[in-house]
Amino acid sequence: MQSLKEQSPLGIFIEHCKKGELAYQVCTDDNTPVFFPRAVAPKSGSTNLEWRVAKGTGTVHATTVVYTKDKPPHNVALIDLDEGFRLMSRVEDIDPMQVKIGMRVKVRIDPGDDKQPPYPVFVAAEGSAK
Amino acid sequence: MSGQKKGSVAVVGAAESDLGQVAPHTSPADLMAQATRRALDDCGLKLSDIDGIFSATSQIRLSPLALAEYLGIKPSYFDGTIIGGSSFMTHVAHAQAAIEAGLCQVALIAYGSTQRTVSRSAASAREYNYYESPYKPFLPASAYALAASRHMHEFGTTREQLAEVAVAARKWALMNPVAWEKEPLTIEQVLKARMVSYPLTVRDCCLVTDGGGAIILTSAARAKTLKKKPVYVLGVGEALGHATISNMPKLTVTAAAESGPKAFKMAGIKPSDVDMLSLYDAFTITPILFLEDLGFCPKGEGGRFVSGGAIAPGGKLAVNTSGGGLSYNHPGMYGLLVLIEAVRQVRGECGQRQVKDCEITLAHGNGGVLSSQCTVLFGSDATL
Repeated sequence: MQSLKEQSPLGIFIEHCKKGELAYQVCTDDNTPVFFPRAVAPKSGSTNLEWRVAKGTGTVHATTVVYTKDKPPHNVALIDLDEGFRLMSRVEDIDPMQVKIGMRVKVRIDPGDDKQPPYPVFVAAEGSAK
Repeated sequence: MSGQKKGSVAVVGAAESDLGQVAPHTSPADLMAQATRRALDDCGLKLSDIDGIFSATSQIRLSPLALAEYLGIKPSYFDGTIIGGSSFMTHVAHAQAAIEAGLCQVALIAYGSTQRTVSRSAASAREYNYYESPYKPFLPASAYALAASRHMHEFGTTREQLAEVAVAARKWALMNPVAWEKEPLTIEQVLKARMVSYPLTVRDCCLVTDGGGAIILTSAARAKTLKKKPVYVLGVGEALGHATISNMPKLTVTAAAESGPKAFKMAGIKPSDVDMLSLYDAFTITPILFLEDLGFCPKGEGGRFVSGGAIAPGGKLAVNTSGGGLSYNHPGMYGLLVLIEAVRQVRGECGQRQVKDCEITLAHGNGGVLSSQCTVLFGSDATL
């Protein structure tokens, strides 16, 4: 088990984002994908968590459009990655109301800024129906 | 909850604090204390009779301490479980266990919030979560919107059906003198209201008010000696689902599907025995999910079930007769007010909105983002 004095699960996740990668863990005891990254696997309680890099393709599982004052509406979606884990994200470069459940999407890493380290977002996959 | 017995304890006192908007500098503890005083008057017990306290509020981190200090009580038992709006249903379950075990005899459950006065962000600061916060979901609304999007996708639920829930709540609220909303509401108005997080407009979302409440429980034997007719705890069920919406196992099935059956099993009754439901309606999607998960209609049918005024006054099932969090009051963690209406219906105290021959009621609490679910079944002495 990795020492939390040296590196945290989120710290490793961010390091992968900096390399343009969406990382997740697999509990090697039962081969279950784990996301968000953890120090101990849920259910199994195992510390045998292996980091992997996702292909980055997935499907929109649920979607909403958030309306805020003074800014254009933005998308918030739950994405099911092909490796079998889900995360919150957004689908970019498209009218947020056109983000549909079942739509195929592909990850890209938002570089963030001074305050926000890089984080994964999504765009419609090539040949996506909508 | 296998150890707890149907009808072993009863609610003997129940009261709201002042609701809506309170004076500047009012504290959540002021509201808890005011509601406690009223609940004591409701049952005829003295403050010194209280030996168990249960409380939760987002504005006071150590609320059992604050409440005990304010009231000058040295409780023999206390519990500050805080799991969102359903906290108070868990307090009922825990109070019952404590009374059964002899750890306390008279349990006070209290809540207070000044979120309207101090602003929601001040009353309930959002925790930063790297895996969600960068995407700027408007929480909690966006979490419920995501669940609604899935319900619409899987079952064909429509925005009009969501709006039915808000319109029904408003119709009930117009019969509740202390409801915040005073004007009628139409489906069209819900649909055309300001969009918050699609598909939810501001009228699909609960109110932001100040307020609080208190209920007092004691053993069935002692309850019979007090002022009002006892409202017995027939069944309780508690379940935790997830903390964040991205980790909800299935967006269209809540942990109410676990808490409900637990409560019904303990009570030895079934959904068709229930005369009135008090369902936590933070957003219009929630009563739809709970009607399904608690067994009042099949999964996926909730939208169709509420259509045509079915849960409005005169409909087939009386739901949220107070006007609910959507139109009556929603002071942050609204569960205590959900319980109070369910108690009052069994007592027959609801005036114009009273459900006829109301013997069994269900109070269901929801906390977080469809996260914690807790069900309480109440009944009159005829139901024991």
